[in-house]
Amino acid sequence: MAVPRFWREIPSRYNLIGSRCGNCNKVMFPPRHICPHCRRIGKLEPYKLKPRGKVVSYAITHVAANGFEDQVPYVLAIVELEDGPRLTTQITDCDPAEVKIGDEVEIVFRRMGEEGEDGVLYYGYKGKLVKP
Amino acid sequence: MDVGIVGYGVYIPRYRIRVEEIAKVWGDDPERIKHGLLVEEKSVPGPDEDTATIAVEAARNAVKRAGINPQEIGAIYVGSESHPYAVKPTATIVAEAIDATPHLTAADYEFACKAGTAGIQTCMGAVEAGMIKYGMAIGADTAQGAPGDPLEYTAAAGGGAFIIGKNGGKTIATIEGTYSYTTDTPDFWRRDMRPYPKHGGRFTGKPAYFKHVLSAAHGLLRELELTPQDFAYAVFHQPNGKFPLQVAEELGFSNEQVMPGLLTPKVGNTYSGSSMIGLAAALDQAKPGDRILVVSYGSGAGSDAFSIVARDAIEAKRDAAKTVAEYINNKAYIDYSTYAKFKRMLVR
Ligand SMILES: [Zn+2]
Repeated sequence: MAVPRFWREIPSRYNLIGSRCGNCNKVMFPPRHICPHCRRIGKLEPYKLKPRGKVVSYAITHVAANGFEDQVPYVLAIVELEDGPRLTTQITDCDPAEVKIGDEVEIVFRRMGEEGEDGVLYYGYKGKLVKP
Repeated sequence: MDVGIVGYGVYIPRYRIRVEEIAKVWGDDPERIKHGLLVEEKSVPGPDEDTATIAVEAARNAVKRAGINPQEIGAIYVGSESHPYAVKPTATIVAEAIDATPHLTAADYEFACKAGTAGIQTCMGAVEAGMIKYGMAIGADTAQGAPGDPLEYTAAAGGGAFIIGKNGGKTIATIEGTYSYTTDTPDFWRRDMRPYPKHGGRFTGKPAYFKHVLSAAHGLLRELELTPQDFAYAVFHQPNGKFPLQVAEELGFSNEQVMPGLLTPKVGNTYSGSSMIGLAAALDQAKPGDRILVVSYGSGAGSDAFSIVARDAIEAKRDAAKTVAEYINNKAYIDYSTYAKFKRMLVR
């Protein structure tokens, strides 16, 4: 990932800043420029999502994405946030056998990757089971 | 002084390794080490954790307890000896992640294990002078001990964050005074670009830890005209379980005053986090009016002592974030090979 792109996405990666439409009140994540429901009459504003949700689906990853090789097997889950939007995220700090559909998840701040030994470090959100 | 603590928060990683597991690898006698150091197990950061992520989680807990708008925080100082970058501040990552940017000042501090309490003093000065409304000081570390070094049994990870402001309705504890004692003492160091620290063995005790902690504590008690009997809790930097108990005895504090804030037996030495998490553990239990003595220690060497009195607001704010006990009890044990992989001692 290029440094400028990462930098532009810091609000959503660090603080779950999405969008809320002032017309239909729907909350969206990641943030959007146009409300898919209201189109031209939509009024999108930045909205900070609550860092809580539930596991609606998950998969145990044995073949890792680049940079995640040393964390296999790890859990990738679809988490439905209390504010409505769903996001795909790793469930960290757990034995994959601990994760169940419906589990409560809090969103935590973790290191997501790095650009080699002398490159930039990327930080962002991951899920963590509330009561493991 | 008219400043106090408006909010506090801690973070301790979930993973633990037992003394037995490390001793098995190096052929040490685990019972001798457990008795010698008074340590049973230590916290280990996960592969996606570092000083910045630990500092952010502690800072978010502090903001929750303070119940303030993070935009009103005018300064953030992160003290650590394991900042993720050599050049690029941890404090800016924290500031962004708690939504305190951009109208504030921020910097990283370094003074072995006492960089966090040095940050508290800076915030006290800036608040007292009217430069800022609130200041945040964080002590956080992912400490490194070379494989086979005695430090490996204690070098742990964790952090504490404190928000300092003027005394008022929001203050959970008043800081009555602070006193520091500093000399040039090479008891423990890490040269630039080297992964593991070196230490002076037995030299780390008497002329280093004990001399500075005792001198700072005596200085503060003398200045405030207080005696050990005036305190409900006493928290000392805890490189192991034994030093703080010895220093407490020498000062005239009882085990009952020290034990609530003594966390090394269960989490190890969290370096810059150590005395700050200890203070948080005391605040987790303190009743309004209780007085707490905190004395940090940083190799190199220096100690900062504080006298802190809990106020009424503490009762209502305590449950707004996870307590030290909650972090200590939520744990998962790992073996030495997993530990070595997490620490990147094993690389494929
Ligand atoms: Zn809409």
